[in-house]
Amino acid sequence: MGSLGQVIRRWLDERFGLESLLQFAKKKTVPVHRHSVWYYLGGMTLFLFVIQVLTGILLLLYYRPSPNEAFESVQYIMTHVKFGWLIRSVHSWAGNLMILTAFLHMFSVYFMRAYRKPRELTWISGMLLLFLALGFGFSGYLLPWNTLAYFATKVGTEMAAQVPLIGKWLLVFLRGGEEVTGATLTRFFGFHVAVLPGLTTILLALHLVLVQKFGMSVPESVERQWTATGGQRREMPFFPNFALRDLMGWYIALGVLGALAALMPWELGVKADPFASAPAGIRPEWYFLFAFETLKFIPAKIWFIDGEVLGVLAFGIAGLLWLLIPFLDRKPGERWRVFFLGLGVFVVVFIAVTTLPTLIASLVK
Amino acid sequence: MTMPSHPVAEESRAKSRRRFIQVVLGSGIVASIVSFLYPALRYMIPPTTGELGSDTVVAGNAKELRANSGKIFKFGSKPGLLIRLRDGSYRAFSATCTHLNCNVQYRADMQRIWCACHNGMFDLNGRNVSGPPPRPLEDYAVHLRGEDIVVQRKKAG
Amino acid sequence: MNMQVRCWFTVLLAILGCSAFALAADQCLLCHQMLEGKLKTPTDTWAEDIHGQKGLTCAACHGGDANTDDMMKAMSRAAGFVGKPARSRIPRLCARCHSDGAFMREYNPSLRTDQLAQYRTSVHGKRLAAGDTKAAVCSDCHSVHEIRPASNPLSTVHPLKVAETCARCHVNGEYMKAYKIPTDQFAGYQASAHYAAMANRGDLSAPTCSTCHGNHGAAPPGVASVENVCSTCHVFQAQLFDESPHKKAFAAMNLAACIACHSNHRIVPPTDAMLGTGPGSICLNCHAEGDAGYAKAAQMSQSIAELEKALANSDAILDRAERSGMEVSQPKLEQGEARENLIKARVNIHSFDPAKVAEVVAAGKKLAAKTYRAGREALRERDFRRKGLAISLITILVVLFGLRMKLRSIEARQAAQADEANKDSL
Repeated sequence: MGSLGQVIRRWLDERFGLESLLQFAKKKTVPVHRHSVWYYLGGMTLFLFVIQVLTGILLLLYYRPSPNEAFESVQYIMTHVKFGWLIRSVHSWAGNLMILTAFLHMFSVYFMRAYRKPRELTWISGMLLLFLALGFGFSGYLLPWNTLAYFATKVGTEMAAQVPLIGKWLLVFLRGGEEVTGATLTRFFGFHVAVLPGLTTILLALHLVLVQKFGMSVPESVERQWTATGGQRREMPFFPNFALRDLMGWYIALGVLGALAALMPWELGVKADPFASAPAGIRPEWYFLFAFETLKFIPAKIWFIDGEVLGVLAFGIAGLLWLLIPFLDRKPGERWRVFFLGLGVFVVVFIAVTTLPTLIASLVK
Repeated sequence: MTMPSHPVAEESRAKSRRRFIQVVLGSGIVASIVSFLYPALRYMIPPTTGELGSDTVVAGNAKELRANSGKIFKFGSKPGLLIRLRDGSYRAFSATCTHLNCNVQYRADMQRIWCACHNGMFDLNGRNVSGPPPRPLEDYAVHLRGEDIVVQRKKAG
Repeated sequence: MNMQVRCWFTVLLAILGCSAFALAADQCLLCHQMLEGKLKTPTDTWAEDIHGQKGLTCAACHGGDANTDDMMKAMSRAAGFVGKPARSRIPRLCARCHSDGAFMREYNPSLRTDQLAQYRTSVHGKRLAAGDTKAAVCSDCHSVHEIRPASNPLSTVHPLKVAETCARCHVNGEYMKAYKIPTDQFAGYQASAHYAAMANRGDLSAPTCSTCHGNHGAAPPGVASVENVCSTCHVFQAQLFDESPHKKAFAAMNLAACIACHSNHRIVPPTDAMLGTGPGSICLNCHAEGDAGYAKAAQMSQSIAELEKALANSDAILDRAERSGMEVSQPKLEQGEARENLIKARVNIHSFDPAKVAEVVAAGKKLAAKTYRAGREALRERDFRRKGLAISLITILVVLFGLRMKLRSIEARQAAQADEANKDSL
């Protein structure tokens, strides 16, 4: 067995320079300090993405993207296909968990200020990946073609129409027409299984290459502590130490997903009827709640500007500024550090306050 | 690590502990992979119940229905009514009465579609012609494919 | 004629032309609009009246000349002015046009023209002919100056409004005192299933007063014809009843068929308690313990109770399965089919033949058993899933345990190696 492995290694090395890759892998280390635990989130998000791709491909074997058949095909998967209930519920739960870990990963990077030089592009590619993840969530949500999904999509795409200048065009582009119809379903399906995965692959590759190149960043406070004590940096080899720990986390995630799928399966709902009136309490999925609730509270008109337009613009600008944080937070100094820390805390509290009450209310019901 | 002990015994204890870990980890990982792969592979095998409640269904056989008779068939999860007219042609409608959702039936004596619940009457085009029903019956397209009578929902708007 | 004269002449002609046009309009209306009180009220609603919209003037019914603004000429006897017509003359007044086929054809060819003939057969018509001016005439139901077509939801004779209109007199105890008939019909109707369909669901096909009593020829159906009236919708029940022993028995006792058990106006949604030998049973009104009818009632009641219990059981298990997260929409739909058998069984009661009821109940029980099995299957699947989950969680725990041990041993070895390196370098 050992000699076969050596033969393969030599074969690959002669063609692809495997030995230098393996050397790099052996040398790769992860800093160990009191904030190290946050380092697991990136890998967890990646793992959940892989789960999504695998379960998504399985679902593709039976799903039919047309209004006459979408709901029925998902029902078929849930009731007739062996373990279809498992694949579908895991896909829905893992999607939500992935977005959660992506947000946590992003915020942990923010608060550790890991976006500073030289890791600006890593942050940008990561933020774009987060937007793509939200796109996955929004497009995937419509695919079962049930009442909640239909109306949530209707409301969500109507928000797009509020963007100044291009709003109407954007609405028609997203919906594949003026209204939410079968054309919208086809289009969202195309986004969900082809366009978004393609873009994600490219950005993910970039993001991972950049992480390998620059290694894990260490928070300033830890750096100062290390230089103060004059000791060495405590580092852990990635292979096998950190990798095994990563693997433990992934197995725990698998256990959680299995339990969720078996004990709290994802609802199927009722087939969408475009001519029925929207049910009370229509709202988007939890990761859009902060925008949804905020827009609800903005008054109809501020000065002469339409309230909703202002809201959409505000979120757009806020998102852009957040994307460009590495270029805004460049100056050294305690005052700047406190400012950006406060900004981050504000954003987290804002999102929590606009998301949690509605979320808890709907869970209690 | 407290008392020094015999180096050989220590060596063999360490070895057996490593073997133990290897066995546990190895079998655990294999078992977990099997418990993930088995459902995925089983999932890929298509179920025997092929019906999908789509917008097309085989409602019957060309030899089944005599002229001037009707039969109820399952269209997805709802009942449908297949009629054969006097001239041999076929019509198909939703069998759910538009009044209070009872199942309608074909009345050969009156050559009408009739709802027994409140005496509602539909003509052979599904139009509500008498009694309480407020709307016509939803009609379907009928095609003959060899011996099979295939009923298809009309395209939604 | 010079230019100036020609100009003035044209202007004069124009003024005269305008006033002529003005005079061609309904002068009665124009004048009465400027009055007050009762003399003004008719003009308030005339714009909504179908007759006004079709171009008829006040003179069409009241006589007189609608083209002159001179009050004496307009309301003169010579011009045929009648003033407010006497109640007893109103039917014939309306019929002057409405019974004239050729005339009505010019406005609405599909309207019937037999209203007066029908009215004459009605209780209202007969009483009016006998000199009772309290009896209802056309204007009492159709209103006077705001008559809308019956299809208009605001019309007093729109299907959803008919009962209210009849109730205006028929609920008034004082008004109806002389006729010695009850005044609880509307109250009873309001408690009925028919009213619920009409008022709550807006079902235009739901029976209202005129559906059973007729509108222009309004009269209560005779004892012998009540069943005919009900059977226009409730066909099966009537057919079964006709073949049952009750038909002859009721006729012999001069009991109206459907009403004997279901009442005429207070037709409440029927319950299973009405059948059988328990409290609230209608059968006990005539039957007593020991007679054949009593036994049959008990049998039918038991049959139906059994089917209900079977349905309740499968409902319960399907609900349990659904609450544990299982997908049972298909069996639930089939349960609907099973419920239809319960409805059919209740219809079959009207044959008063336990065998007929038992037949349908058996079919229903079979379907309920099927859905019950589906529910049990769903629960079994749920248990299978939980067992599978337990097994995979155990394997995951084993792996986690193994990983932890492996990590510990690796890190112990690394620490030992680092110690060695340190010792060597010292």
